[in-house]
Amino acid sequence: MASVYTPAVQALIDELGRLPGVGPKSAQRIAFHLVKLPEVDALRLADAISDAKAKVRFCEVCFNVSDEVRCEICSDDRRETNVICVVEEPRDIVAVERTREYRGRYHVLQGAINPIEGIGPDQLRVKELLDRLRDHSVTEVILCTNPNIEGEATAMYLARLLEPAGITVTRIASGLPVGGDLEYADEVTLGRALEGRRSVDVS
Amino acid sequence: MSPESRYYRAHGIVLRTYKLGEADRIVVLITPERGMVRAVAKGVRKTRSKFGSRLEPLSHVALQLHEGRGELHLITQVESVDHFRAIREDLDRLGKAVNMLEAVDQVAQQDHPAPELYAMLLRALRTLADKDSALVSAGFFLKLLTLEGAGPQVQVCVQCQSTEELVAFSEIDGGLVCREHRRGTGLSADAVRLLQLILGGQLGAALNEPPGPATHEVSQLATRALEHFIERRMRSTAVLGQ
Repeated sequence: MASVYTPAVQALIDELGRLPGVGPKSAQRIAFHLVKLPEVDALRLADAISDAKAKVRFCEVCFNVSDEVRCEICSDDRRETNVICVVEEPRDIVAVERTREYRGRYHVLQGAINPIEGIGPDQLRVKELLDRLRDHSVTEVILCTNPNIEGEATAMYLARLLEPAGITVTRIASGLPVGGDLEYADEVTLGRALEGRRSVDVS
Repeated sequence: MSPESRYYRAHGIVLRTYKLGEADRIVVLITPERGMVRAVAKGVRKTRSKFGSRLEPLSHVALQLHEGRGELHLITQVESVDHFRAIREDLDRLGKAVNMLEAVDQVAQQDHPAPELYAMLLRALRTLADKDSALVSAGFFLKLLTLEGAGPQVQVCVQCQSTEELVAFSEIDGGLVCREHRRGTGLSADAVRLLQLILGGQLGAALNEPPGPATHEVSQLATRALEHFIERRMRSTAVLGQ
């Protein structure tokens, strides 16, 4: 079927339609919104995209997204250097940072072991993690991968790999989300929450 | 409500999941009555999802689903029957279990009832949860081929029906061959014995076999035979081994 839009608009719709979560109808809506927008506003978006593409790269140490060769966290001297928190994606760093509970460094694997998709340790930044541990300045590695089957497999794999190095390897705890109801908790989560119970401080 | 939309209940084992949109997943299940079912689990990736960990691959669940007009059904309720914790927490066993899930994912079809396949997978997972065994996935692959009508001939030579001196396995002929008709991959006498146990109704005995060169041979062979049948490489065997 011949396109009913002018080629320029059609090209815009096609490009927008490739974005995750944007279907053909949404792409159409966004495209027409952009066309109607004042030129400055539309170009600001274009600039933001080309800027991000030009500047953003992966930190050479932890593989977080960064503007510089080293990301802000890796170049921050106030952060502890003896703990590394291993996460799957840069997005996970943001989630951990929001807790304000962690003051160490990170390592982004850029994925998780997914046997059914054929993604193994070789496709992840595992070798780079081992390189970082070589000088023995790191005493603890926190495995902060997702608590799903891929993340758990990754954590088990890394735990096995790091065990001989004599480093303390910890896994983030699983438990009940604060504010939720016990009766809706699934068996695995509730079971682990029970296992990891703590004595109550009454002081 | 349109007449073609309706709710139904099913038991199933989760074979694999795909991310969908922001917080959803497509869950692929094997069920006895409907064979493979593909269904959407809304919001399952949120920490506060009511589904929680129940829809992770490997879970044995009782579900309520809604069948709409499309190919994808919608999961409305889930109860856990078994989550095979012993397998989940052991990388070696997990690898074997994922091999079996992938094999079933390749063979099962939508809208084709698969009670035997379902029961076989459930039995294999229970066996594996009970204790680790070198030949679980190999045994499963070979039994799966038999179920699909493509079971290899392991008692006699496929060329001359001789029971003596079976020394190799030929994928193209679909079975063992004797010294005279030898082609394909060579096999040790121990491996031949294990193959005959697995397909001769003594799987239990084969599963008690400790890991060694012969179990390795049989595992490799079973994977190749299955790959030959599904005409595709098994991805998971390359990642976590068998």
